[in-house]
Amino acid sequence: MTKDPVCGMNVVSPSQFFVEKDGEKYEFCSDSCKTKFIEEPEKYLAQPEEEQTATYSINSKGKEKIDIPIVGIHCSSCIPTIESEIKKLPGINFTSVNIATEKAHIEFNNSEVKAVDIISAIKKAGYQAGQATLKLGIVGMHDASSISQIEGGLQKTSGVLNASVDLVSGTAIVKYIPGVVDLNKIKNEIRKLGYDTFDTSGVKTDKLKDSKTGGEEVDENQVAREKEYKTLMQKFIFAAVLALPVVFFSYPTVWNLPAQFQRGTETLQLIWIAMSILSLPVMFWSGSQFYTGAWAAIRNRSANMNTLVSTGITAAWLYSAVATYFPSVFPSAELADQFFDVIFVVVALVILGMALEIRAKGKSSEAIKKLMGLQAKTALVLRDGKEIDIPIEEVVLDDIVIVRPGEKIPVDGVIVDGSSSIDESMITGESIPVEKDIDDEVIGSTINKTGSFKFKATKVGKDTTLSQIIQLVEQAQSSKAPIQKIVDKISGFFAPGVIIIALLTFVVWYVFGPAPSLVYALITFVTVLVIACPCALGIATPISLMVGVGKGAENGILIRSGDALETAQKLDTIVLDKTGTVTEGKPSLTDVITANNFTEDDVLLLSASVEKSSEHPLAEAIVNGAKDKSLELKDAHNFNAIPGHGVDAEIDGRNVLLGNIKMMKKYKIDLGLLEEKSTRLADEGKTPMFVAIDKKAAGIIAVADLVKEDSVESIIQLKKLGLEVVMITGDNVRTAKAIAKQVGVDRVMAEILPQDKALNVQKLQNEGKIVAMVGDGLNDAPALAQADIGLAIGTGTDVAIEASDITLINGSLKGVVLAIQLSKATMKNIKQNLFGAFFYNGLGIPIAAGLFYPFFGLLLSPLLAGAAMAFSSVTVVTNANRLRKFKPKI
Amino acid sequence: MAIDQIIVIIVGVGLSVLVAWYFWFSEKKAVKIQSSDTGLQEAVIKVKGGYTPDVLIFEAGKPIKLNFIREETAACSEDVIFPDLGKKASLTAFKTVPVELQIDEPGEYNFQCGMGMLHGKLIIE
Repeated sequence: MTKDPVCGMNVVSPSQFFVEKDGEKYEFCSDSCKTKFIEEPEKYLAQPEEEQTATYSINSKGKEKIDIPIVGIHCSSCIPTIESEIKKLPGINFTSVNIATEKAHIEFNNSEVKAVDIISAIKKAGYQAGQATLKLGIVGMHDASSISQIEGGLQKTSGVLNASVDLVSGTAIVKYIPGVVDLNKIKNEIRKLGYDTFDTSGVKTDKLKDSKTGGEEVDENQVAREKEYKTLMQKFIFAAVLALPVVFFSYPTVWNLPAQFQRGTETLQLIWIAMSILSLPVMFWSGSQFYTGAWAAIRNRSANMNTLVSTGITAAWLYSAVATYFPSVFPSAELADQFFDVIFVVVALVILGMALEIRAKGKSSEAIKKLMGLQAKTALVLRDGKEIDIPIEEVVLDDIVIVRPGEKIPVDGVIVDGSSSIDESMITGESIPVEKDIDDEVIGSTINKTGSFKFKATKVGKDTTLSQIIQLVEQAQSSKAPIQKIVDKISGFFAPGVIIIALLTFVVWYVFGPAPSLVYALITFVTVLVIACPCALGIATPISLMVGVGKGAENGILIRSGDALETAQKLDTIVLDKTGTVTEGKPSLTDVITANNFTEDDVLLLSASVEKSSEHPLAEAIVNGAKDKSLELKDAHNFNAIPGHGVDAEIDGRNVLLGNIKMMKKYKIDLGLLEEKSTRLADEGKTPMFVAIDKKAAGIIAVADLVKEDSVESIIQLKKLGLEVVMITGDNVRTAKAIAKQVGVDRVMAEILPQDKALNVQKLQNEGKIVAMVGDGLNDAPALAQADIGLAIGTGTDVAIEASDITLINGSLKGVVLAIQLSKATMKNIKQNLFGAFFYNGLGIPIAAGLFYPFFGLLLSPLLAGAAMAFSSVTVVTNANRLRKFKPKI
Repeated sequence: MAIDQIIVIIVGVGLSVLVAWYFWFSEKKAVKIQSSDTGLQEAVIKVKGGYTPDVLIFEAGKPIKLNFIREETAACSEDVIFPDLGKKASLTAFKTVPVELQIDEPGEYNFQCGMGMLHGKLIIE
């Protein structure tokens, strides 16, 4: 068999069509191929090499070459398994698996076998092919012919293994080999066929057991962790059970054993031999990860806990084995002692420590898992007048989604029909349900309590509030607190440093130590290696940060980074924007004062009726005030607005004047006591307006931007945290002072233009203060960015506010208090952990090295060292988990 | 001083120097990643007691895809973190987990495991 260089077909050699060139014989399938070759031989001779570099190529005669990435090739011995499984298929011409590139190169005939079959063969061999599944939404499909057109088009595309198009849901599921073809190429192919695409769920790598796990990425890690825990516990029990008799017979004098078990007897010699054999499975099964981990680390020129433990127990075993089998090597019988007990006990304890750590760590990341679990799975969507239940990934913008009582709201949107009370606690941390009506925003993953409603999807997929929150939290959890940077420097030197200390300890004890110096040297060497715990050091900061940031998210506080967290607890001044932060941000009716025997209802009803057609926020406040009292508004005639004064109108034949003092003076209205009352209201930070009916003073209507319910309490708490509270506003000094007095703020910056807010924050910073600014993410963005910590008050569904370091999803000032308390608690926790880890290692290593021996005769047993090491990192994780119980003190 | 003591001193100090050199001062090998026709720079990083390769060189401004394959169950390597880039990925054991990046600014960007015990570096040129 030989290959036709023109068309690539297999030709039975010798063929009747052939050419001889440069001493080589080229054979062809037909005369036409032969003619083509003679015309342009270079073209066809160069081609094979070109083909080799391409990852995937098809030619018209059905021959294909394909490179499939394979996941999880560990050893060269697995190559034949994969190759033979592939070769079992028909139509395979050549197959070669490369362990270095982790790819299988296969040449096959596509009329006999498909790429999909090859992939299943690889799976059958126990490996996972790097196959990805993609779900794409397709726009513009009308009938069944589109299905075959798209499916056919995609299947012809190189790298696409399989495509199936569903007309009803308007989606295509494409299986493909990443690297050969990518998302954009596939989209382009579809576009070329005349259809548009949109993303639904993005690319998901094929799962090993996709049918069984059901595609729960998060749970998979948990499952792996559980499995690891079980394996570790088995390893622990094995080592621990064997450790008991070993320890018993290792200290015959301590337990006062009969003479035949004492040193030098034949029985004990046999026991030692038994120990040396039993220790092997303990080292290489129970303690296997120490060796594999150490080996992998050494190859990477790094060292870790595994390096230390494995070196320690190996040294102990070698010495003990020599003492057991060749005691005569030692110059004195005293030296021929064994330390098998160290191996059993250290392995058992360290493994137990690792198992407990895994358990505890699972809890540390609970917060983010909870967030991910919030996502609804399906959505009931109205399409073409029909209600269809679709996976949440397929909800597109502007879809009308139906939500019934008790259901989860699938994505973000705006209510278009109906109303309900919605529990948003999972996002905002606010436990009281919120009433929502038409035009109100709803947040995906919150729970609809009572009514049913329809809403228009405004944010789907990666853009939903929940997705953004998850992304922000993950980002923050992966960031580093500045404190960690020092730790990183140290931990890079730590493990090798410990090895060097251990070596030098050995030397010093051997040369200067008391007899038997070799035994002392070995014990201290092993003890130093075993007691050092780089893990405690490495884990101290990140684990607390993870718990702290997660806890914040649970309470509607999104902390951007470890940096923000660390600065937040150092703050000494906090600047609050007045409007929308301290106050509600929109005026509401506060007082109705009457005069000349007019009733409150009359005054309010007539003023509201006048203001009905005005769009000014003050007018809105009056209208809403009247509606709250269930007053029915009337129509105003001859409406006349007098700029800088007020309005003049007629209602039911009565003349109504509404305006400021200038207005009243203009019409020569006698205000009597009202003028004084109005000054008092203005001093309280309210905006008073006079009302005159039929040219007679009727009363005052006052509106004000009310202080939020919990502002006062929050500001007291902020002061208790030792912060200087400053209020900044564009309002006039009188209003600003009035509000400041109400909420207990001492320092006010009033009449500040929005663009000057940042400058004023800087002024405070120039006073040497660490300043936090609290405001909304839009107008206050420059000030938020200028401040050492910018806290943005959430604006509905937009949580990724660029200028802020901390975002408070729920608009209350309580969140600010909580954020600062949480930062303080987290940093305290981090410091405890770091102190613990440094103190432990800083004290443990010198004791283990025998530094205190000359002074106090204090020397640590390697058994105790193992116990200490095992529980030091567990302690760190457990301490971090205490943060989970953090409760805000409000 | 006895001869055996002298030997122990020499061997002990020698080993210490060797350890220091091997872990701290020897040059780490960097792997240069070529970009594909589409401009994607794709690399496979094995995670087992460390990252292999652990120093990778990329070109600035082009998309980068790092396929992490965690071939161990030890909890330490479960998370891979790019602190300079604010990225984090949870590596499920024995699975390929892609991390996509694009770095425009040349320089060195570290990555590490969740506990900071394993380290790697991206060099952007």
